[in-house]
Amino acid sequence: MSEANASATRITPGNALRPEDIALEVRTGLAKPTEDTAEYALRLGDDALILAQRLGHWISRAPELEEDIALGNIALDELGHARSFLSYAGGAMTNDDGSARSEDDLAYFRREHEFRSVQLFEQPNGDFAATIARQFVVSYYQFLLYSRLTESKDATLAAIAAKAVKEVDYHRDHAAQWVLRLAGGTEESRKRMIHGFRIMWPYVEELFRDDDLTGRLAEAGIAVAPSSLKEDFDRLTGEVLTEAGLEVPDVPAAPGGGRQGKHSEHLGYILAEMQVLAREHPGASW
Amino acid sequence: MAAQNLQSVPAELTAGTSETAEADGQANFDRVIAEDSRIEPKDWMPAAYRKTLLRQISQHAHSEIIGMQPEANWISRAPSLKRKAILMAKVQDEAGHGLYLYSAAESLGQNRDEMTDALIAGKARYSSIFNYPALTWADMGAIGWLVDGAAICNQVPLCRASYGPYGRAMVRICKEESFHQRQGFEILLELSNGTPAQKQMAQDAVNRWYAPALMMFGPPDDDSPNSKQSMAWNIKRFSNDELRSRFVGMMVEQVRVLGLTLPDDQIRFNEDSKKWEHGPLDWDEFHEVLAGRGPCNSQRLERRREAHDGGAWVREAAAAYAQKQSMKTKEYAA
Repeated sequence: MSEANASATRITPGNALRPEDIALEVRTGLAKPTEDTAEYALRLGDDALILAQRLGHWISRAPELEEDIALGNIALDELGHARSFLSYAGGAMTNDDGSARSEDDLAYFRREHEFRSVQLFEQPNGDFAATIARQFVVSYYQFLLYSRLTESKDATLAAIAAKAVKEVDYHRDHAAQWVLRLAGGTEESRKRMIHGFRIMWPYVEELFRDDDLTGRLAEAGIAVAPSSLKEDFDRLTGEVLTEAGLEVPDVPAAPGGGRQGKHSEHLGYILAEMQVLAREHPGASW
Repeated sequence: MAAQNLQSVPAELTAGTSETAEADGQANFDRVIAEDSRIEPKDWMPAAYRKTLLRQISQHAHSEIIGMQPEANWISRAPSLKRKAILMAKVQDEAGHGLYLYSAAESLGQNRDEMTDALIAGKARYSSIFNYPALTWADMGAIGWLVDGAAICNQVPLCRASYGPYGRAMVRICKEESFHQRQGFEILLELSNGTPAQKQMAQDAVNRWYAPALMMFGPPDDDSPNSKQSMAWNIKRFSNDELRSRFVGMMVEQVRVLGLTLPDDQIRFNEDSKKWEHGPLDWDEFHEVLAGRGPCNSQRLERRREAHDGGAWVREAAAAYAQKQSMKTKEYAA
């Protein structure tokens, strides 16, 4: 990263970065995303938030205590990334009263069509194999994305990605280990793993779809063009699938549209549960 | 497996090998207890000491695991992302505590699967407090402040328990518990200083959790048959009533800072005994909940059973995979 970009914010990759730090930088004007950058941060933040909400459900319900802890940890990491991205995105958005939108304004007071997450993240947990299938795809995707995003010319995005990539690298290992175990374990676990991939795979294509926004931002060196991650994704996930004796499921891709606010039926329920208490007490602090 | 083998050696065999060894073991045990130092897993210990510890540590482990449920109930609805993160971390800590404690119990000769089976078969106990429902967000505050607060009062002395693995597990657990209590206090403080509806929510939660929290210390001293022996063995350091009184004293101070009240108008400091006293507790309710007739007993056990039985195929797959891998390694080595 060049000096000029580094000076845009006191946060540099490698420093411990908390969502509160970003919120503070946004409030004091040290970090100011453009509208495009904010929209991009919102996409990545919504992905992570919806996934955290899904994964959090496993805590106290996992197949073994070690997995209550592992899935809880992953959920917590994703929630941390979501908070950072949303805090940053809010810097270019205002509430009706003119105040800047906080992470909580964005998480709790938007409706379904305003969420920008892709549909894979909102897919139901299903059984443990389905959750692992979703997690496997997501963590390879996020690992590749954040690895590249550390080179973003937007210093805040680069800093968030630098912290996130280290964590997502563990998620990738966790998911890959379970794909191998479930595919190579018992007949039943193999059947379930194959089924898990079949129900998640229709939503994979959407992850790698470019649009005008990513086009403009990638051109400017701020965002990563989603399509540019596809080759590495296919190669790296392919290595694990081959070792597991699995094939990429032959299923048609779903139309998706999450980046434009088009969601599956599932998101409404997620938001209803997530937002209910905050909306019962608008303006309250917790 | 090693832990299981320990238990599968019949007691009469070890006991019968040599009466002198038995007498030496007892003498050493008595000396360690008298010196107030520690018994370790490989040391000789009386069968009743082992049994008491196993019961207590496994119950404690089960309490951590069942105790995840009332709080996990609010993870999806936490009203801010920061609170959601703190709550997730807290419930995750509880799973970690359960794991340390199961490990400590395993060092006494019972494995985790056996303990889990006893739990879901309804044969093992866990703290009754977790059979009460967490109805509102303020319950996350009240559980942290009152329930974790009571747990700390109970557990800090256990850091000095005579059984080494238990005492050491408790050191780490207590550190995390004290963080949990602070976050519970903070939740209530924020609510108490918030809107009238929030403050009402906080007071309602404190009203509901106060008496059950006081009963966490166990029955009154004159109705607690096991306490005396546990104290003689340096497992337990203070009596139930003594700890309860201390706890009431702490809460009286803290509730003022919260701007809330405790639902007990008989709390007073007894100048003669120098102890805090509280109003009567409904021990019939306590025994009812203990006997399985509490508001959530069936729900809590069923959830644990569902997770355990529903996850059996995953554990079987992991075991089968590990076995295949180790066979491959052996073939490769050969």
